[in-house]
Amino acid sequence: MTFLRQMFAIVHKDLAAEFRTKENLSAMIVFALIVLVVFNFAFELQGVDLGALGAGILWVAFTFSGILGLGRSFAAERDKGSLEGVLLSPVDRGAVFLGKAISNFIFITAMEAVTLPLFALLNNTAFAWFPLIPYILLGTVGFAAMGTLLSAIAASTKMREVMLPILLFPVSVPLLMAAVKLTSAALQARAFDQVANWFSILLAYDVIFVVVAFWVFEYVVEE
Amino acid sequence: MSETLIAVEKLDKLFGARWALHGVTFTIGHGEIVALVGPNGAGKTTLLRTIGTLARPTAGHVWIGKIPVSEHPNAARGALGFVGHQTFMYDDLTAQENLHFYARLYDLPNASARVRAVAERTGIAHRLNDLARTLSRGLQQRLTLARMLLHQPAVLLLDEPYTGLDKVAADLLDHIMLEAKSEGRAVLFSTHDLERGLAVCDRAIIMKAGKVAHDLPRAAWRDLAGFMEIYARVLEANP
Repeated sequence: MTFLRQMFAIVHKDLAAEFRTKENLSAMIVFALIVLVVFNFAFELQGVDLGALGAGILWVAFTFSGILGLGRSFAAERDKGSLEGVLLSPVDRGAVFLGKAISNFIFITAMEAVTLPLFALLNNTAFAWFPLIPYILLGTVGFAAMGTLLSAIAASTKMREVMLPILLFPVSVPLLMAAVKLTSAALQARAFDQVANWFSILLAYDVIFVVVAFWVFEYVVEE
Repeated sequence: MSETLIAVEKLDKLFGARWALHGVTFTIGHGEIVALVGPNGAGKTTLLRTIGTLARPTAGHVWIGKIPVSEHPNAARGALGFVGHQTFMYDDLTAQENLHFYARLYDLPNASARVRAVAERTGIAHRLNDLARTLSRGLQQRLTLARMLLHQPAVLLLDEPYTGLDKVAADLLDHIMLEAKSEGRAVLFSTHDLERGLAVCDRAIIMKAGKVAHDLPRAAWRDLAGFMEIYARVLEANP
């Protein structure tokens, strides 16, 4: 129970700080919306096959915008040494990781919740929210977990803004491929059987990313 | 000698090819205040960070009471209060929210009462609802002291705690350390403010090049000038 209380203390702290400033979330949302609008004008998406282009556009918006939020996640902790304050407390490092990962998941999901309806609006189309939403959420779980770990690594380097995408994108390629394929299938209302393999890959990467990041985090944040 | 609260045995810390700490051994008992002094780069901060579980030693052992730190770091952390160079506070939270956050991390019962008590003890009760970033450097340092005292730790570790404090706040810090001594806690602090540090300590450990160069009881020096004489001799001596 202590583990959960400490984990939720970290989530609560992150949400309280963000809802006061709204800096992170607003930057993420604005960035995602700009990506959507630019792609919309570039490809004139109305009338084209949404499944072929839409999934890619959505995940470009989600990942690049997500990187913005992930980059700030540990930078803010390092700036005033607050992470050390947390590490000095009798808190399991796993609770710290999960707390930060949950916060990041919430911020990225909030950005997606604004982006997705705008995507539908810009393309003047209605699509089935199921199974689109579960696919996007599953993709976000792995992305947020690995992003949290790599954000902690990047934050301790001098070039942290540059370092995070360099570290995160190569590692996330299989996960993003699976997420794009599944999103594409959902937008085209294709049967699950056709993308079941991609679903398994996405699930497997989610589990691997969460478990590996959970265990490695302790060695990343300690001297 | 009083029962040991901090025991450091043959502690080594290697940064690359340089020994930040090498063979550091000492003990501190209940109710003892010990000053760590030495030139920049002597290893004071590294020593405090290693005892405080923020850095892993390359070799050697640290015990907090009977707790071996490397084997039970979380148990040790519960008994440690640490003040470092930074405030450890979140700028976008109020002073009260910051303290409540740490109270939850320490899983303290009666968190609100503890927050109120330490805020009054450190003189920041009237600014509890202000954002941490709006507090002056001195008030932020008081908030840091409040965080350190929140869980009533048996051992206080303070790295250059007088930095940025005005006279009133520095007097408050002295009072907090003396109160901790009277309650049987152990205090280990580093300082370059020798006049103030020596006035409050029971012992002074002089560090040089990652080693304990001298461990002096209070009776070994009469006044600041006397200590400075010893200090200069120790620093000039070959390792």
